Amino acid sequence: MSKNNSLDKAPDNILVAIKEAQARSGYLSRSSIEKLAESFHVPINEVYGVASFYSFLAIKPMGRNVIRICRSLPCYLKNCQIIIDAVKQEIGIKPGQTTADGRFSFELTNCIGLCDKAPAMLINNDAHVDLTPERISQILKSYK
Amino acid sequence: MPQVRIVLNKCGIIDPKQINTYVDKDGFKALKKAREMTPEAVINEVKASGLRGRGGAGFPCGLKWEGARSSPGEEKYVICNADEGEVGTFKDRYILENDPFTLIEGIAIAGYAVGSKQGYIYLRAEYHYLLDLLSGAVDQARESGFLDGFDIVVREGAGAYVCGEESALMESIEGKRGESRYRPPFPTVAGLWQKPSTINNVETLMNVPQIILNGSDWYSKIGTERSKGTKVFSVSGDVGKPGVYELVLGTPLRELVETLASAQNIKLVQIGGATGRIVPYDMVDTPLAFENILGAGAITVFDESRDVINIVYRTMEFLAEESCGKCTPCRQGSEAMVEILERFDRGKGLKKDIRVLKELSDTMILSSLCGLGQAAPFSVMDTLKYFSNDYEKRIQS
Repeated sequence: MSKNNSLDKAPDNILVAIKEAQARSGYLSRSSIEKLAESFHVPINEVYGVASFYSFLAIKPMGRNVIRICRSLPCYLKNCQIIIDAVKQEIGIKPGQTTADGRFSFELTNCIGLCDKAPAMLINNDAHVDLTPERISQILKSYK
Repeated sequence: MPQVRIVLNKCGIIDPKQINTYVDKDGFKALKKAREMTPEAVINEVKASGLRGRGGAGFPCGLKWEGARSSPGEEKYVICNADEGEVGTFKDRYILENDPFTLIEGIAIAGYAVGSKQGYIYLRAEYHYLLDLLSGAVDQARESGFLDGFDIVVREGAGAYVCGEESALMESIEGKRGESRYRPPFPTVAGLWQKPSTINNVETLMNVPQIILNGSDWYSKIGTERSKGTKVFSVSGDVGKPGVYELVLGTPLRELVETLASAQNIKLVQIGGATGRIVPYDMVDTPLAFENILGAGAITVFDESRDVINIVYRTMEFLAEESCGKCTPCRQGSEAMVEILERFDRGKGLKKDIRVLKELSDTMILSSLCGLGQAAPFSVMDTLKYFSNDYEKRIQS
């Protein structure tokens, strides 16, 4: 990797390139990882290593919308389990799964820094806070 | 001790989208003043203020800057760590949401002091919704001519707790897996792209413009002998009023959790998140300061209805998942602890487990590569000390 004087390293940066690839196709397929490795002149495992390290990068196909409910202690204390159950019931899948129509992927996540408004979740990049089971259906409706 | 606003003094007063509202409130005056001083004088002012890092480790900020300034090399970097991932921490989110300009001014002063032309802000991916606001603030500062020969790039993470650790964060900015580095060399000598670098927490840098404007004498009168200034706390859990509170360092924990956040029937408080300390209620008068307990200021309150073992089990589960896996003591030690704590959680602990937990704690503290593994056993050690009955009751006879 270049360590020269250019101020913004973005064009040389594997993580930035991976994020761009994921933004284009929703996840990092085997072929997209191979292509990135080729363009950076690095072994495939190096790109795969980065892609599989971070929880916001996906190496399997994801739904159009990704639900991430926080399960860390501050949200746990505010009973995030009933929110998890409400989402399960609403979309019919468990954490770690994607709906058959590809509309939602459902994940549990570690602390997202919204503890003062727990329980909280992210859908894609949107924060949803002070959740109640009753609000889940309405919130999910706006994600097509 | 009263609430004092140094770090948060412009939050809610300026419009975080409009740089002119910041300039109207003396914004960028400290940067102008700093540039009329020599870089060495700026560093001396920060050193004399006693400002210590607010990300948890408490390293003196001025010494860090001095280290990077005196390291040989033309190319140097200043990095702002906006990757607060510690469980229960959200103060930097509040700061970024309300006052990105003071942070930018602080980074620019750091850049001038260290002799760097390039700053980075590493923002956690979970805060993507703040990216436009933050980049917009940087753009406005640049367009208004405040950066002048210096630039700031906002780089986003991709979801990894360990990237809040300074060496893992730099690996991540370089586009790699966020794994901790062996030290030495330290970042001030060989940091980002192996160049001399300083890395400071958001809140640390927020203090800098005030120190430059009002002087180190003013700042060093606030707080305790070894903990100067204020601290911004993130309070959550079993409290009536969760939120962000700024207090003079040395304020007793009781004032924060009971008086301000309206907690009742407290059983214990976790200070500093998953890698933090556990304080039982009878120690609630402990002053919050570096010489006692502080961390990054995450305060999670648990009331009498909570189960100690379950809290520790969940804490360790988090750490085992977030361990980067590079060093054995952290990777294997945290997994082994999860296994044992899960047994206790089910009421099926073994007598020898207590000894094994203590041995694992010692090993991890002594031999882990970074702060994650070195601090991971704290919740186990503290609860074995203060809540040993809770363990004893779960041992299968």
